[in-house]
Amino acid sequence: MAESLVYLPQSGDWTCAGCGGPLEPKETDVTYLEGGFNITLLTCPKCNMALLPEYVAMGKMLEVEQLLEDK
Amino acid sequence: MNQQELRDIEHRCIEEEQPRCQAACPIHVDVRAFMAKMASGDLSGARKVLDRTMPLPGVLARICDHPCEEVCLRESIGGPLAMGHLERTCALGTPTGGKPMCMPAKGKSVAGLGGDLSALTLAWDLAKKGYAVTLLVPGDAPGGALRDLPSDILPPEVLTESLDILGRMGVTVKTGQTLSDDLLTEVRQHFDAVYVECAGDNPLGRSRADVDPVTLAYGPEGVFCGGWPAPDGNRSVITLVADGRRAGASVDRFISGATLTTSREKEGVVATRSFTSLKGIATAARSDPDDPVAGYAPEAAKAEAARCLHCDCMECVKVCEYLKHYKGYPKLYTRQIYNNLSIVLGNHYLNRMIDSCTLCGLCTEICPEDFSMAELCLDSRRDMVKRGKMPPSAHEFALEDMAFSNGPDCALVRKEPGRDACAHLFFPGCQLAGEPDGRIPQAYAFLREKLDGGVGLALGCCGAPALWAGRQPLFEEVVAAFKAQWEALGKPRLITACSSCLSVFRQAAPEIPAVSLWEVMEAETGLPETTGFSPAAPVAVHDSCTSRHNEPLQTAVRAILAKRGVAFEELPLSGRYTECCGYGGLAGNAHPELAKAITERRAAASDKDFLATCAMCRDRLSHVGKRAYHLLDILFPGDATDDPATRPDPGFSMRHETRARLRRQLLAAVWNEQVDAKAPAGPDFVVSPEVRARMEARHILDDDVKRTLAHAETTGRKFLDRETGHFLASFTPHRVTYWVEYVMEGDVARVFTTYSHRMSVNNVGK
Ligand code: SF4
Ligand code: SF4
Ligand code: SF4
Ligand SMILES: [Zn+2]
Repeated sequence: MAESLVYLPQSGDWTCAGCGGPLEPKETDVTYLEGGFNITLLTCPKCNMALLPEYVAMGKMLEVEQLLEDK
Repeated sequence: MNQQELRDIEHRCIEEEQPRCQAACPIHVDVRAFMAKMASGDLSGARKVLDRTMPLPGVLARICDHPCEEVCLRESIGGPLAMGHLERTCALGTPTGGKPMCMPAKGKSVAGLGGDLSALTLAWDLAKKGYAVTLLVPGDAPGGALRDLPSDILPPEVLTESLDILGRMGVTVKTGQTLSDDLLTEVRQHFDAVYVECAGDNPLGRSRADVDPVTLAYGPEGVFCGGWPAPDGNRSVITLVADGRRAGASVDRFISGATLTTSREKEGVVATRSFTSLKGIATAARSDPDDPVAGYAPEAAKAEAARCLHCDCMECVKVCEYLKHYKGYPKLYTRQIYNNLSIVLGNHYLNRMIDSCTLCGLCTEICPEDFSMAELCLDSRRDMVKRGKMPPSAHEFALEDMAFSNGPDCALVRKEPGRDACAHLFFPGCQLAGEPDGRIPQAYAFLREKLDGGVGLALGCCGAPALWAGRQPLFEEVVAAFKAQWEALGKPRLITACSSCLSVFRQAAPEIPAVSLWEVMEAETGLPETTGFSPAAPVAVHDSCTSRHNEPLQTAVRAILAKRGVAFEELPLSGRYTECCGYGGLAGNAHPELAKAITERRAAASDKDFLATCAMCRDRLSHVGKRAYHLLDILFPGDATDDPATRPDPGFSMRHETRARLRRQLLAAVWNEQVDAKAPAGPDFVVSPEVRARMEARHILDDDVKRTLAHAETTGRKFLDRETGHFLASFTPHRVTYWVEYVMEGDVARVFTTYSHRMSVNNVGK
């Protein structure tokens, strides 16, 4: 399987505010309608929380959403 | 939509009909294209246009008798285009030409008895198709009566060169033939088909009455006749050509075993439904060349060709930003939409197009054939919804907004307090109810004071968003629910402030007697004594597109303005022809940029301030910077002290809140019931105007932000940027996930950005 795309925050020094622990890149499932794929996001391994930066949500992800909606 | 329905819909749009000139030309020369090239001085380009349809173009273009001129639309405004002179000028200025492309030899042979224009045309056409053609001609050369033309009209060398081309196309000529029935009988045995040209002295004695007018077939199988002069003996050059072409087509069908008769309606002179508006076109006089034989001087040719109107319709495209945006016209769109709907697997590229028509109906008013793009788009939306192909993002926000308006926080149906009877029911509509200074309490109080029999009040949404989204069952549900309440109130007359509500109810529940607030004020109650804002300068009346067919409403609005002493003007497109503000059909949800262009176009129709009768129209116009009043601004004094034309578009969140507040306010003021404002869903927050604008554009409501903040603050599930101290949190209340970046300043959050997505991401939003 191809390596999943990595989407890290463009700025800042991000940590988990819940447990105070560091974040690690982790492969994450993304699903919509009948489509799905994996991307790599910063994640708190303890709290199971992934960070999706704005540029991804309003860029690539929006594009893919629209594409899948027209399938 | 099945194939037949597609055909029927497509057929309505006449954009692809031939212009009158081309339809009157027996060989359908593309006159528009020719004129365009001539007007730009591109003689060889113009010649290429002729070459596409003309046999022996060097000859024909010099001598065609141009029946097209008789029907040219320019007739009444300067005279018909001088097609004949221009063609001749083109032929004079370009080489006789080369050999056209011919298909590989078919191994079939055709004989032509005669060498005049019809036989030459048949030979030209059939040689191109790969037939071996032999012309049997009397005398010592082909050409027939063409040889009798004055040499300055048709120089012999031009004829010779053209015949040479025929030779290079493989046409054999046998001269010195005596055309007789014996010869015909003999050649019929050696050739696959025979054409008998009946020009000149017509030795074989066949008359036009002897042949089938469509196929030109004559008695014996495989024999075709044509090329007679007119009954009065005149030769119409182009009619001879048309006969040769028709006979050639018959010969081709005959030899290849196809039917001789079907689908031949498009051959020869045809009828056309073509329509071109002459509105605003200035007269420009025809100019003929000083010397017809020598043709035009270059500049004169350009000027004459430039008079061509390039007849086509496009009437609807001229007035509709949406139709213009997709760069085609309804006939083309019909096919594209049909294809889009037919796709089972693969991309539906036109979903967004189907969803961005405002359904305003202007195209149908304008179209000479009543084509309805709105109907096509709405039907397609219903089809998409039914088959689960409607993109969720297209209308979800508007449908949720409708649900909110009809939900417990905003909806209200009451009789007038202290009255058992309910003769009237005031229905302001959800958009006006979302206006912070919408004057609904004043208008309701006014109606109660002026009308007898009890005036009830209904707050809610008429269901237009569901209708426009193609969600037919949902729409019917909303209307049915409203009807049940209306019946329970004793079937009062409905008084609407919004023309969309009015048209929706009239359409979907015709048994409910409904009338606009404006008509009631104009005809029954008179106007309120206290007045609202009075604009000093004349205003331009903007009729909403849903009032297009409601003339009494439009008349009442103008009468009210006159009574109030407000000077007003008509927009170029108004009344029956009014333009949509861009809100109709939920176009703004599916295609915000296009909807904005639609609004801007409307706003640019006049530099006067606009006077709208729909809250949505007013807000959309004001959103693009247009000063606009609502009629209620003029009728009732408002709370705001500013000039109401500068009142900003409240935006989605404010509208939500305003509706809920209006319900509470009316319950308290009119029915003396106190309703607590709902407990806050989360902490208050502040944003910069930029972030506020971003929220509007992304359809993110205050409530979405507050709930995300509440979720983060109560669960502690959030990220922290150690550089800035900002938190970032996500929350998925329903289908959409919201993200908010913020800091807490005491009890209030300062929000730096907020965004959303529909895809579900693992470990996000919980
Ligand atoms: S107005 Fe529009 S839809 Fe109607 S015939 Fe003309 S191009 Fe076609
Ligand atoms: S104006 Fe031009 S396109 Fe129209 S009928 Fe005349 S020649 Fe044809
Ligand atoms: S936006 Fe209005 S005028 Fe344009 S195609 Fe749609 S219904 Fe017709
Ligand atoms: Zn953690």
